[in-house]
Amino acid sequence: MKIMNMVNAINNALDIKLAEDKNVIVYGEDVGVEGGVFRVTEGLQLKYGKERVFDSPLAESGIVGTAVGMAVAGLRPVVEMQFCGFIYPAFNQIVSHATRMRNRSRGKYGTPMVIRLPYGGGINALEHHSESMEAIFGHIPGLKVVAPSTPHDAKGMLISAIESDDTILYMEPKRIYRAIKQEVSQEKFTIPLGKANLLSQGSDVTLIAYGAMVREAQKAVVMAKEAGISVELIDLRSIYPIDKETIIKSVKKTGRVVTVSEGPRSFGLPSEIGQIVLEEAFLHLEAPPARVAGFDVIVPLPKGEHHFMQNPYKIFYQIERTVKY
Amino acid sequence: MFNLYNPLNREMFQIIDNNGKVINEKWMPKIENQRLLKIYKKMLFSRVADLQTVNYQRQGRIFTYPPNYGQEAISGAVGAHIRDEDWLVPAFRELGAMLAKGASLKEIFLYYMGYEEGSNFKEANNLLPVSVPIASQLLHAAGLGYAAKYRGEERVVYAFVGDGGTSEGDFHEALNFAAVWGVPVIFIIQNNQYGISTPVAMQTISDSLAIKAVAYGVKGIQVDGNDFFALYRAIEESAEACKRGEGPILIEAVTYRRGAHTTSDDPTKYRTAEEEEFWAERDPLKRLMLYLQERGEWSPEEEEKILPQYREEVDRQFIEAENFGEYPKEDIFKYLYADIPDDLVAQQREYDRFLQWKETKIKK
Repeated sequence: MKIMNMVNAINNALDIKLAEDKNVIVYGEDVGVEGGVFRVTEGLQLKYGKERVFDSPLAESGIVGTAVGMAVAGLRPVVEMQFCGFIYPAFNQIVSHATRMRNRSRGKYGTPMVIRLPYGGGINALEHHSESMEAIFGHIPGLKVVAPSTPHDAKGMLISAIESDDTILYMEPKRIYRAIKQEVSQEKFTIPLGKANLLSQGSDVTLIAYGAMVREAQKAVVMAKEAGISVELIDLRSIYPIDKETIIKSVKKTGRVVTVSEGPRSFGLPSEIGQIVLEEAFLHLEAPPARVAGFDVIVPLPKGEHHFMQNPYKIFYQIERTVKY
Repeated sequence: MFNLYNPLNREMFQIIDNNGKVINEKWMPKIENQRLLKIYKKMLFSRVADLQTVNYQRQGRIFTYPPNYGQEAISGAVGAHIRDEDWLVPAFRELGAMLAKGASLKEIFLYYMGYEEGSNFKEANNLLPVSVPIASQLLHAAGLGYAAKYRGEERVVYAFVGDGGTSEGDFHEALNFAAVWGVPVIFIIQNNQYGISTPVAMQTISDSLAIKAVAYGVKGIQVDGNDFFALYRAIEESAEACKRGEGPILIEAVTYRRGAHTTSDDPTKYRTAEEEEFWAERDPLKRLMLYLQERGEWSPEEEEKILPQYREEVDRQFIEAENFGEYPKEDIFKYLYADIPDDLVAQQREYDRFLQWKETKIKK
């Protein structure tokens, strides 16, 4: 065991996979010599050489498109998009090829690859550095989308992602890259993708969060407890596929659900969870499914960002309204 | 000039050497000394502002900032030519050109303090806000050029990108569109040797960036980006060519980012002190200063005298920006649509209800 933050844990996962599988190739903008702008890939080029860990030309479409080719040829590329807002040039390659090659070739060619995507707000960044657009990606058939909330999960989920035969968008909540430290095993372990994590038991309301919002949700759980409300907290971990079983089981028990997302509210993940709950636990509901999400606006620059960001108060507000409904 | 310095000839266009001595008399632009001194002072002011902004960031008074240090001659030369009717399409390292276009330092500061209001340039016409997604702005430049040509307006579009940006698809699409349409756009690559940590040699194995013009069938030239006179002349010729309908033009300005990529970056990770020293000798302001000094137009003493005034002026505008005040919460909704959807208005009201509720909770 070793104390790790999320940066260390992701680096460790990459290290383990690079060591054990020659097909794993890591590249992207500034990931080689510099070790990534967040230092996630630090030291890996020195250890594994420039053919396996390298700086690519500055072109996101180029990065993802070439990864499709490598993956079809049997390699397992793990590529980095430097910031969430810069992924869009690669959108065409994701939507048109990475997610379609298997289906198009009726299973002959797969695209086992991981796209690492630092995402989310709250870091006082310039424009295009703070978005949480997971809903867009969750909407793409053929793509799996995950977002860990702890160093432990980050490691286990990344190893699973690299070993998966599918294309995985691995979203890294950069706001908590270094904010949470915990003991993580240095050995190899995996956490299955598509499985949520029940963080705390409760009886009044189910609260669902993922990525950096889990920490905000945990604070809201404490506020709710002081107000006499018992909250069951689920860390979703996987955005697609969604762990319906864990959600439904919990909502059937509590009768209420609040979902937290950093993205804009319309057509977001909470909308999807609300529908799932309506379809599968309708008669158990004591209140309409509620959401805590951003307004349908561009993430404001730092001086206005707090109006947009989700926080424990905003979460507790919806918890209280839902319980009092 | 474009024939002589055709990128296929692999010769960089230079006019003065590292000591400010004219080595290419034939192409020396005719600039009156008074005017030249004025331009130099503007470049100096932009350097003072830039260096001071990095200090403000270190003091925690602004957020992330991309320094211009070492690249001021490029913005300076564009600033000397650009007219009110011309468009400036910046990337994000063109402080001097933006100031020349009429943006105020206060506005620039507001932007880096985290106010969108800093991109609402009150006194500047035809200036687009900075564009963060690399090279994406170049296509806008081609579109602006098309609009000018379509309307028969004599405008020139000055569009910036870095060396890293030449790897993006948008760079190639923009050059091709502009070339096919024959529109008056000057694409200026600030080749400062690095895209964050990635050296230009890892972006392309072409002999130069200027040579890419050849494939698109447009005029291109590689210019010493730390040589003010070469830049001035190349831009002058380019603007004239654009006005004759011979655009677009691709200029590669070879320079060096003496500062960090942004204030979040640590260049010691990827470059050496020797390399920084090599480029310090080629500093654009130093070279122009030596030229002026040689002719008795300017001296280090005069410069020492004027620097405190500049610092004071920068500080004055910075403090004005610091006192800009509250960020009205309505503003996050207000500018998204010309015709705001009802639901967005409802979201705003919902936010007000939440804030009222929060008040009562905090009081308890």
